[in-house]
Amino acid sequence: MSPIVQGILTIIIGVGGCIGYFYASNILLDRVIFPPKTDDQGRNIRRATMVRPWLFLLPAILALGLYLVYPVVGSFLRSLYNRSGEEFVGLGNYVQMFSEHGFRVALFNNFLWVVFVPAGATFFGLLVAQLTDRLKWGNIAKSLIFMPMAISFVGASLIWKFVYAADPDIGIINAIRDYFGAAPVDPMQIPFWNNFFIMFIMVWMQTGFAMVILSAALRGIPEETIEAAIIDGANPFQIFFRIKVPQIAGTIVVVWTTITFLTLKVFDIVYTMTGGNFDTEILPSYMMDYMFRDDGRATAVAFVIMVIVTPVMIWNIRQARREL
Amino acid sequence: MDNIAGKKSGLSIVTNLSVLALVVLWLIPTIGLLVSSFRDREQISETGWWLALFPVEQAVRITPEMGDVTQEGDLYVVSGNVFGADGSGSVAAFGITSRAPGAAEAGQTYGRLKLEVLDEDGEPDTENYETAWPVDGTPEIPETDEDGRAVQGYTIDRALTMQPNGDYVWRQASEPRRAPALYVVSTQPPDFGLQNYETILTSNNMDQAFINTLTVTIPATVIPILIAAFAAYALAWMEFPGRGWLVAIVVGLLVVPLQLALVPMLTLHNKIGIGQSFVGIWLAHTGFGLPLAVYILRNYMVGLPRDIIESAKVDGATDFQVFTRIVLPLSFPALASFAIFQFLWTWNDLLVAKVFLPSNSESWVMTVKIADDLLGSRGGDWGILAAAAFVSIAVPLLVFFAMQKYLVRGLLAGSVK
Repeated sequence: MSPIVQGILTIIIGVGGCIGYFYASNILLDRVIFPPKTDDQGRNIRRATMVRPWLFLLPAILALGLYLVYPVVGSFLRSLYNRSGEEFVGLGNYVQMFSEHGFRVALFNNFLWVVFVPAGATFFGLLVAQLTDRLKWGNIAKSLIFMPMAISFVGASLIWKFVYAADPDIGIINAIRDYFGAAPVDPMQIPFWNNFFIMFIMVWMQTGFAMVILSAALRGIPEETIEAAIIDGANPFQIFFRIKVPQIAGTIVVVWTTITFLTLKVFDIVYTMTGGNFDTEILPSYMMDYMFRDDGRATAVAFVIMVIVTPVMIWNIRQARREL
Repeated sequence: MDNIAGKKSGLSIVTNLSVLALVVLWLIPTIGLLVSSFRDREQISETGWWLALFPVEQAVRITPEMGDVTQEGDLYVVSGNVFGADGSGSVAAFGITSRAPGAAEAGQTYGRLKLEVLDEDGEPDTENYETAWPVDGTPEIPETDEDGRAVQGYTIDRALTMQPNGDYVWRQASEPRRAPALYVVSTQPPDFGLQNYETILTSNNMDQAFINTLTVTIPATVIPILIAAFAAYALAWMEFPGRGWLVAIVVGLLVVPLQLALVPMLTLHNKIGIGQSFVGIWLAHTGFGLPLAVYILRNYMVGLPRDIIESAKVDGATDFQVFTRIVLPLSFPALASFAIFQFLWTWNDLLVAKVFLPSNSESWVMTVKIADDLLGSRGGDWGILAAAAFVSIAVPLLVFFAMQKYLVRGLLAGSVK
């Protein structure tokens, strides 16, 4: 069966199945199980109202439970076993991992990523949001800076491979160096700094996201506060740092944390740029080195990522509870 | 805020310029890729894409038609013009090996000599030596060779004289059986075309990868929306115990790294017989996309006017009817924005595809194809890589620019409260 036919069939089956489920289950509830027409009409309606939310929620709860809740437990349990999953090794995978140079490098690099990528993207995002605020062509500028968001991490890496290429006839950085008479370098092989070159790809992609949200937040600042500051003689920088930034601090935190999560999960960029060579490994790419080879190790790395995320997750849940 | 007092025009110029600088910085990489994707592969390795509009000095190998062979002393001579009958073109440099295609400037003779030297024990020996010399002069030869042996004399093994207009004279010690291979560095006009796209789409299975990507993306976008919309309605407008906790759990699940799911879910897929397959990746994407979908859609639906929903209920509509007839159509902006997100995410995904799809080349999506295949096998073939990358980002870019309004709206609904 050709993939196109297969694809179309699955859309029909999958989507149709979904619609069918919701439709049929509701009909079943209203007409067969608790029909409102018999003697105890009131009680049946009340019962139906009690059951219906769970009909609506069932597929979502199943999918979420299976793909996101179960794996938290499942991954942890799996990480306690050896490579093939037959022998219980307790925390052996973790102990061994932490004693390894490669893992410690990945952990350290991941730390760099989590610090610098959200900082960089938020900084550039805020800068562009503020600068384009009064510009006539501001919306065009924003669209163009937003554009990398649509590109895959693999595509973006390929784009930047061109920029970073060691050959001065391909890589623009080396072309500029060449123009000033410097010898070509391969940015991907400069120890330590290569991490920052790779991180910038992510900053490049996420700046648009930060910009859009921060720009909306800047618009939301009441004009009176700014006008008052102007009357008091504040210069544009004072207005920006003393009046505007404090008022959008909450949004900055949201943007920052959102990009942090994304950074914690991304593996594609490192995988495409260096394959983790030259000490550029981060935890997700380190995990992929063990995927399909050593499930115990792979799940142990995944669980380390989970542990790092947990504080923010708890903070998130508490925020949501407060809002409800 | 244009009317605010104290706005300085000097500052506005600075603002304009800095935004321009940032936009250029942000665009340059992508433009480089786009330009490269249309260039000829030889030209890409000769000059940077920023010089793409200018002629390129490019080395080509030319095997001229074998004309008459004449003899000149001990040497056999072939002559002609490298540009053939039409004779248009100009030679900047030339050579006789692919190793050094531009070893000599036009208007010179370049040749391989056999230097006659004496061995340590007095035996005569020969050694190859390449050099260029003026057309009507003789080659300068060193007094000693690299090993310090005295040079007694030389014979010409092969020599090529090349004029800037392409006229050449080829001399060779042995009788030529085939036409000589000449290397010429000449100025070529910029060469733009669709040849890279043709190569990538016809001979590299990229078309298959494109279809695979679509096959993954469409169901993986539609199914989670449907499931999430019902769930979001329940969480927004239905009263039941535990609702608050469910919302909180969804918010918490937003940040669960999907890395956790890879091993246990793949094991489960294998156990229940789905294995690595399209069905598996649809399910996986559905699961991973749901928290954001439920979150965005619920936030949106909560904001819908209560009166409409309540009056419909008073009129006797069931929740199912309220949902399908009122809430769903009203939620179109949120549905659209999530659809764009999920589409971009599934289209651009590499990790889930690597894990949940079979690893044979028939099942590769474009990201896997580029990252795992092309970068390895075509690592230095920048034109092909660029074209492949553009094929893979064309659809998301199109969707992005066409539906940007909804995407932004969705971002704002999902992130700022």
